[in-house]
Amino acid sequence: MTTISDPSVGTTNQSFRLAMLLNDTRYRSLTFQFIALVAIIAFMAFVGGNLVRNLAEAGLNISYKFLGEPAGYDINQRPIEYDSQSSHGRAAIVGLLNTLIVAVLACITATVIGVVAGVLRLSNNWLVSKIMSFYVEIFRNVPVLIWILIIFSIMINALPGPREFKGDTPSASMILFDTVAVTNRGVFVPSPEFSNSFASTEEVPVTSTGMDWLLILAALVLSWIVATRVSQWASKTQEETGIRPKTWHMRLAIWAVPLAGVLLFLGLTWNIPELKGFNFKGGLQIRGSLLALWFALAIYTGAFIAENVRAGIMAISKGQTEAAGALGLRPNLIMSLVVLPQALRVIIPPLISQYLNITKNSSLAIAVGYMDVTGTLGGITLLQTGRAIETILLLMLFYLTVSLLISAVMNVFNNRMKLKER
Amino acid sequence: MTKKDVSFVRHDTIPPSPPPASETGLVKWMRQNLFAGWFNTALTVLAIYFIVKFCLFAFPWFYNGVWDAGSIKECREILKAAGKQTGACFAVLVDRWDHLLFGFKYPADQYWRPTLAFVLMLVAAAPALFYMYVPRKFLLFTALYPFIGFWLVWGGSLWVPLTILVAIIATAYVFRAVEQLQVGPRQVLAGIVGLVAGVGLAYLLYLGAKELWFISGSMGSGGVLSMLFGLLFKAASIFMFVFFIPMGIFVGYAIYSDAEDGGLVTVVTALFAIYVMLAYLLGPISGAINSVIPIELEAVPSRDMGGYMLCLILGSVCVSLSIPLGIVLALGRQSDMPLIKGVCVVFIEFVRGVPLITLLFVANVMLAYFMPPQSNFDLILRVIIMITMFSAAYIAEVIRGGLAALPKGQYEAADSLGLNYTQATRLIILPQALKISIPGIVNVAVGLFKDTTLVSVISMFDIVGMIRGPIQQSTDWISIYWEVYLFAALVFFIVCYSISQYSQWLERQLATDHG
Repeated sequence: MTTISDPSVGTTNQSFRLAMLLNDTRYRSLTFQFIALVAIIAFMAFVGGNLVRNLAEAGLNISYKFLGEPAGYDINQRPIEYDSQSSHGRAAIVGLLNTLIVAVLACITATVIGVVAGVLRLSNNWLVSKIMSFYVEIFRNVPVLIWILIIFSIMINALPGPREFKGDTPSASMILFDTVAVTNRGVFVPSPEFSNSFASTEEVPVTSTGMDWLLILAALVLSWIVATRVSQWASKTQEETGIRPKTWHMRLAIWAVPLAGVLLFLGLTWNIPELKGFNFKGGLQIRGSLLALWFALAIYTGAFIAENVRAGIMAISKGQTEAAGALGLRPNLIMSLVVLPQALRVIIPPLISQYLNITKNSSLAIAVGYMDVTGTLGGITLLQTGRAIETILLLMLFYLTVSLLISAVMNVFNNRMKLKER
Repeated sequence: MTKKDVSFVRHDTIPPSPPPASETGLVKWMRQNLFAGWFNTALTVLAIYFIVKFCLFAFPWFYNGVWDAGSIKECREILKAAGKQTGACFAVLVDRWDHLLFGFKYPADQYWRPTLAFVLMLVAAAPALFYMYVPRKFLLFTALYPFIGFWLVWGGSLWVPLTILVAIIATAYVFRAVEQLQVGPRQVLAGIVGLVAGVGLAYLLYLGAKELWFISGSMGSGGVLSMLFGLLFKAASIFMFVFFIPMGIFVGYAIYSDAEDGGLVTVVTALFAIYVMLAYLLGPISGAINSVIPIELEAVPSRDMGGYMLCLILGSVCVSLSIPLGIVLALGRQSDMPLIKGVCVVFIEFVRGVPLITLLFVANVMLAYFMPPQSNFDLILRVIIMITMFSAAYIAEVIRGGLAALPKGQYEAADSLGLNYTQATRLIILPQALKISIPGIVNVAVGLFKDTTLVSVISMFDIVGMIRGPIQQSTDWISIYWEVYLFAALVFFIVCYSISQYSQWLERQLATDHG
């Protein structure tokens, strides 16, 4: 194939011929793109035409009006108000929040498990490092769906039912000073309640505690700002005088006093679960489906994060460890002050994709009946309304948005952590 | 001078005394690795405590396992009669062995076929996996395996896969023959082929334009959005309508004018040959031969596949299809052409941003809307398409990493040798980039194989689907879970662990650099 790349050779005395569109590198990419464009349009036309015909045949149309219609099904875990008369749209939002709840819980737990396992895998202790590599290999090489189902089955079958807490000599008892009940219907934990809540007026009894939580959050943010100031002041003093003032009692007070004040003001009481009839009442019920999904995702992804952490630590050259040792640092200080901060740069990018994986894998909730967005919008709503295209598109849009958001946030963080080169 | 006066002088060195008992052998190893410092000792004691506790729990359960019973009730009675506290019911594995491996619909007298296909797959994989030990000519069997495997698993007439094979080989011969033609005949051929291709393409474009016209007509009344779409479609259809004839003329002319020195005519002729053979000759010929010499296995429809076999089929088919697709996507993403690059980026990011389950939902309920009416696509085929797309996007990202990791000098060196894009990519870039990408590709493959269990969510009966459906819901084995799930975990562990060990071994083999 003759290729003319140098324009000074070709253009002066050669007029444009049709074949040059194909043989001349200057025009060839344009030709290819044109063909690709036509092919894409033709493909779209084919798919779209089929869609229109199929919809017409089935007597359907594309419409999102069903989102406003009453859903008519119940959801057992409701972060916001919802009943069976609420709309499909609200059911989707409940599911969406449930997805975010399990994803956040699993991300935090998986990070803790992963970092601990990754560090311990490099431990000098032969037994511990062997146990950790055993854990990593076992969990990485078996599908997460099987882990979810195993843990869910254990929750259902091996834990005691509420009935076994009854009687004079019960075969099961509550743990942690009779405040937490672990049953096969989920784990019942005490839930905080506010007797002076903002929302509890005469007309409206305590239904929404959103304002109270906002107040607590505000107190925490305030404490955090003051605490940062204090540690900045301590660093400044250290630079000037060489002696770091002791600030732990100040920081303790900064964190504890406002929080305690706010809680006292709100009148915090704990609602402790109690056995009434055949089930526990009161407190917060964490269902087996949420626990199974949460633990399985955390343990499974934790094994992957452990490998990332190990790789990150191994990537730090041995000279760093030795230099820190020569300065007289103890092994745990070497790890926390010298190795881990540098290893974080290597660890964070794969960590981002693990968080993305957790969010995407949380859609496996459908296998244990946890009502996440795949269970509500992509499950029952789809079955009830028959609007497959609309629901699945919305579902994909949601996951796509979450994925892009997570990677955007993490990329910003990643850029700030990056090695500052001069 | 008597010897007495001289003080004692030793003439030879004392043999070194053995190190103290605490500094040798097992004791030293234990001191260093298990009991170095109080923290380490505490960790060791804790670890031993948990191991012992686990063994005390798991070992009797495993050891007391009942292997011969008809139902979970019978199993518990046997355990009770023997006075055992705990014990596993492995009898379910014996009782439902076939179901776990092949699903509950695959004809029982045909189990030898998937088994043989599996064994042959190992044989076929060996020349590719251990190419440094196995002679190259065995790769021929690897190339033939897809046809053998397909025939063994799905059954039907032997002549169907055989004629497809013959068609492919014949196409290769057509390609070679056209390549070696003299210029004169080649120009004649290019004229004919160019005419047919041009007319064909123009006709396809005409169909596309008609389709767009139809869509824009049916958009009907509605909001601003539908009007906008209607206008867009109308514009596109006019565009296609106007352009289809010039496009056809151009393609025909390009093929003709390329005849003297280009490869276009060979490629297009070969494509024609395979299209004609597959579309018009395949059915009649294989049917005719089959009616004369019937060599048939009992045909098994796709929906009867199940059990671990289904996972293996999906895993192997989708991985092998998604590697070429992933390479194309990765090259497209690296391309200078903005349109091609854009399409690849959107595809990759979209697929990577959504969970596999939503794609399986698409395969299950949505894909049918995009197919021509009355076309009946197999569910397993739709699932294979979606899983292949899914893993291709991930593999494309891995390969892109490999392409980016190549030093720029490699690209420049290929250019300076005068290689064109195809040659440079095939001979210089891809071999190196793929070598770098092997660990990543293997990771994707292992992940994909594990993800095949997700098809149980859209009510296909893979091994997890079999456990959750026919086994746990049968009266005999109601709500049995440890034994069956551990078995499923074990079979996945064996395959995934061996693949990852192989990849590590291959990495060491391919390490051609020093150090």
